[in-house]
Amino acid sequence: MSFTHSTGTILAKELRTEFRSRELLGTTVVFVLIVIVLFSFTFNPTSSESRRFGPGLLWLAFLFAGSLMLQPSFLREQTNDTLAALRLAPIDPFSILAGKMAANFLFLLLVELILLPVFAVLYNIAILPVLGPLVLVLALGTVGLATTGTVFSAVAAQARLRELLLPLLLLPVLAPVLVASTEATAGILRDPSELSPVWLTFLTAFDIVFLTAAWLFGEYLLEE
Amino acid sequence: MAGESESRTLSGPVISWPSVMVVFLLLAAASYGALIQAPEEATMGLVQRIFYFHVASAWTGFVAFIMVFIGSVAFLRTRALKWDWLSVASAEVGVAFFTIVLVTGPIWAKPVWGIWWTWDARLTSSFLLWVLFVSYLILRTLVDEPERRAMVSAVFGIFATLDIPLVYFSIWWFRTQHPQPVIGGGGSLDGRMWRVLMLCWLAMLGVMTLLIRVRYRLEAMRTEVDALRLEAARHVR
Repeated sequence: MSFTHSTGTILAKELRTEFRSRELLGTTVVFVLIVIVLFSFTFNPTSSESRRFGPGLLWLAFLFAGSLMLQPSFLREQTNDTLAALRLAPIDPFSILAGKMAANFLFLLLVELILLPVFAVLYNIAILPVLGPLVLVLALGTVGLATTGTVFSAVAAQARLRELLLPLLLLPVLAPVLVASTEATAGILRDPSELSPVWLTFLTAFDIVFLTAAWLFGEYLLEE
Repeated sequence: MAGESESRTLSGPVISWPSVMVVFLLLAAASYGALIQAPEEATMGLVQRIFYFHVASAWTGFVAFIMVFIGSVAFLRTRALKWDWLSVASAEVGVAFFTIVLVTGPIWAKPVWGIWWTWDARLTSSFLLWVLFVSYLILRTLVDEPERRAMVSAVFGIFATLDIPLVYFSIWWFRTQHPQPVIGGGGSLDGRMWRVLMLCWLAMLGVMTLLIRVRYRLEAMRTEVDALRLEAARHVR
């Protein structure tokens, strides 16, 4: 089985599992809604204030959501004892990781796209004219989040206190993504809107570095 | 895993006294250089002398974190537990050196800037780096089985060290876009100060090597004890 084929199969399996229950997506959307409401108490959400703090809050909420949402990615395999079965399959071990990364990327992006309009309405930010660049930044940031998150989900699944451990491992590593995507989003929402090439390049570099690292070292995590 | 070849490394003294003497002399020379010989800084005065140990500790911490990377990659490639011992020893020593950095920094900043802490680029990234490797050490305490612990912490160690340059670049670009506090931007250092700084760094590297060596042997002994305990339990049965 070729790498793309096996990755596609794993991706399809992940999507099927999730869309049969839809519990992960629904719970995460509500979680981010709660965070967005709570943020509104920490400062006065007028439009000028929102423009200053909004992008940071949005990304912080997505990062928290990611660190909780990626938890079951490997935990589910662990509790059902299905990881051994996956490993036995005659496929490149990295394709298991890659399929899960792709699935997590889609889940996270979906959550973000659902919440973006809600956020725009609640915080009074016009996003329609800048939707293209905004989605580009969302996608680039989410690749980094899904890549490191999936690998660390496999790390945390093998430890005690795993629910607490995943955010602890993930959030400091993702600090550069938070900085870069917040700055890029702030630039897009500024008047006049600008898409910063520096931060786009930086996000791409982050994605490439950790995708490569996951490709080189990630499969060790799948061993028994 | 603790086979004969590994238990043989345990023979010999835990601390090699000649190397301790060398490091002690280096430290004495570095202290003399930093506290007495180096010229007094024109505006900051005496408190500036902490700088020699502050900067030397930061550089030494970096060296230790790079050794975590080397140990982690080597472990994944060879599966020899000794590389994991190197990683954990280096990570602990690196965290210790960065703790020195984070403590000596504010001691210097308070009289000079008038504040203990500011979210300047270098401060923020050093803080983040410290948190990153504290997480690494916490992860190690949460996995019991040695092989598994070595495996997962090696992967996380690699990701954490790869993150170091990204952290620095992102925060540097981020902070330089914003108003910057008074930090010596591009200042030049007197020749004598440079030499003292290098001497301090050398001394700190010596301390680092000693500490990593002792910690490495401790980890080796732990593995040995665990293996012996397992064997004893088998005989009892």
